Amino acid sequence: MKKMMNKHTIITIIVLILLYGSVQASILLETINPFYQLNLILICINIILAVSLNLINGFTGQFSIGHAGFMAIGAYTSAIMTVKLGQSFPLAILAGAVAAAIVGFLIGLPTLRLKGDYLAIATLGFGEIIKVLFVNFEYVGGASGFHGIPHITTWTWVFFIALFTVVFIRNFIDSSHGRACISIREDEIAAETMGINTTKYKVMAFTIGAFFAGTAGALFAHYFYILQPSNFGFLRSVDYLVMVVLGGLGSITGSILAAIALTILNAALQSVAELRMVIYSLLLIVIMIFRPQGLMGNKEFSLKMFKRLGRGEKHGSVGNR
Amino acid sequence: MKLNKKIAFLLVLVLLTTIAAGCGGTKTEAPKEVLIGANFELSGNVATFGISIMNAMEMAITEINAQGGVLGLPLKMVKSDNKSDAAESTNVATKLITQDKVIALLGPVTSTNVLAAAPVAMQYKIPLLTPTGTAAKVTVGDDGKTKEYIFRNCFIDPFQGQVGANFAVNTLKAKTAALFIEKNSDYAKGLGEVFKANFTKLGGTIVSEEAFVTEDKDFRATLTKINATKPDVIYVPSYYEQDGLIAKQARELGYTNPILGADGWDSGKLLEIAGAVALQKVYFTNHYSAFSTDPKVSKFVNDYKTKFGSVPDALAALGYDSTYMIADAIKRAGAADPAKITAALATTKGFVGVTGTVTMDDKHNPIKSAVILSFDKDGNQIFVESVNP
Repeated sequence: MKKMMNKHTIITIIVLILLYGSVQASILLETINPFYQLNLILICINIILAVSLNLINGFTGQFSIGHAGFMAIGAYTSAIMTVKLGQSFPLAILAGAVAAAIVGFLIGLPTLRLKGDYLAIATLGFGEIIKVLFVNFEYVGGASGFHGIPHITTWTWVFFIALFTVVFIRNFIDSSHGRACISIREDEIAAETMGINTTKYKVMAFTIGAFFAGTAGALFAHYFYILQPSNFGFLRSVDYLVMVVLGGLGSITGSILAAIALTILNAALQSVAELRMVIYSLLLIVIMIFRPQGLMGNKEFSLKMFKRLGRGEKHGSVGNR
Repeated sequence: MKLNKKIAFLLVLVLLTTIAAGCGGTKTEAPKEVLIGANFELSGNVATFGISIMNAMEMAITEINAQGGVLGLPLKMVKSDNKSDAAESTNVATKLITQDKVIALLGPVTSTNVLAAAPVAMQYKIPLLTPTGTAAKVTVGDDGKTKEYIFRNCFIDPFQGQVGANFAVNTLKAKTAALFIEKNSDYAKGLGEVFKANFTKLGGTIVSEEAFVTEDKDFRATLTKINATKPDVIYVPSYYEQDGLIAKQARELGYTNPILGADGWDSGKLLEIAGAVALQKVYFTNHYSAFSTDPKVSKFVNDYKTKFGSVPDALAALGYDSTYMIADAIKRAGAADPAKITAALATTKGFVGVTGTVTMDDKHNPIKSAVILSFDKDGNQIFVESVNP
């Protein structure tokens, strides 16, 4: 069994290296269209956001809809670092991520006492507050936005940070801390009875989620030239929530898949402006009707799954991995 | 269970392949048409502007092609929606340039979205003409240099604020003014500042300065405060949704002096929102008047009315003119070559459109006149005066 795992790990690593290498090579050789390149980068950024939100919403079961707020903090902090303070990009990313994590921690402490709808409303409020703060913060351009951000984010940056995010969150979930988070999702009272400090783990998940949202924000800021507070509103949070729910609450691969699918869908529908939101919404409705648990449910997509499909065995789930 | 999974997997595959197929895009071999890209706000919070402009632009394209197109080829517009979002605007600009291989870009509507698309146009050296991006920094970089490939076809914010202030002092004989500014709008803030500077310079006094945000619906508390200072005029340079409500609520609170605004007031929806009574003594600066006697204007207004059933607003007029301006530049360039078109746009001189005669200055801003409009007792727009720069 152990040997099997190793084999899968090796295959996965090879596939990832090939994926990175082929895209990087085609970027260097300029055989890939910049529009595809842009959307590949956007896909990676969305993966970071969806997977980190899944940690909060899917694995810990805390319904947060303020993810764009954390993203905004990361984006603005990193842009201040590079534009105003002249710091290097890695430092800016780290600063953005840490700033978002600190805010996540401070917001998490009081709000995570709330449950379900109430938490959702609290995080919604938080997201709006962040937006309004940036609107009134003239230092970063106020409502008109923050201009002149250098274009530094590249495929290499987003790919490896997205990869790190996925590996980190996956390992976190497999750790005892992650198990504690899942137990909170399954039954908070039971978890507490078992001696799990629920507040601690909820805040932990929230802070980690915020950290990665901040990272994604930093990458976003240094790709799109301009930051505008109104772009980090409620609707953007909903976009990521949709990715998580569509992919399956509690499935990392589901979030990745949904992030990829929705980003491509969004780009493909640009030219049919009138029908764009209609098609988008219809697809969501259809998928939700036929797959209420999301594309992947709470299962993971893996090489093992193919094997089982081939042999016609029953599938395992995250729970009994 | 197994079946479900297979179906789900299949569904995803189908979804992805359809999308991938959709992404394939158009590949032009021999040029059969001249492609220009339109990056507009066709959905999202300023969609009405984008759609209004798009209508007029499509009308212009049809007319140009009926007259034989440009360079002997038909002109084709590739339109794309930016969801009124800055990042999406960058995305769309990249797509239009690299995917659809357009030789010139039109749009977006709002300054922020133009600023988001501008770096892409600069990078690929494709001329971008925005019909309506009024912020000064759209065509001029932070270093004070004119952005080589970015042009606009509307007067900039400072000019409108200046015209507004002059009109308030000279025609309305106002001595005191109140500013009611949409705090999260660059457009409103920019106009407010210029109005304030010019109004004070002309000897007026600003008695009150209040702010609101786009989402606000009830302005009564602030308007009561403003009303208490008894201003001769209130300057509200926002967009029609807020403007309409503000006019209505100000009148309800007993404010009878003039209300002055800018081109954001120009919308057919304004009358529905505010009502004719509230619009008495409301004046606003605008790009053109649909009631001009100029045959070019009346032809445009009539054609637009026949086609879309409404009087074209200034946005439509600017979109219409911008399309002709690009076509004119392509013709003068003599080739579907972005660099030559850029040079031709920069040397636009005496171009006659429905919004006036345009000459491009060295900051890529058009030199053209502004008009002041008001409303009659039924709430229909009437022409007050024309102001030359």
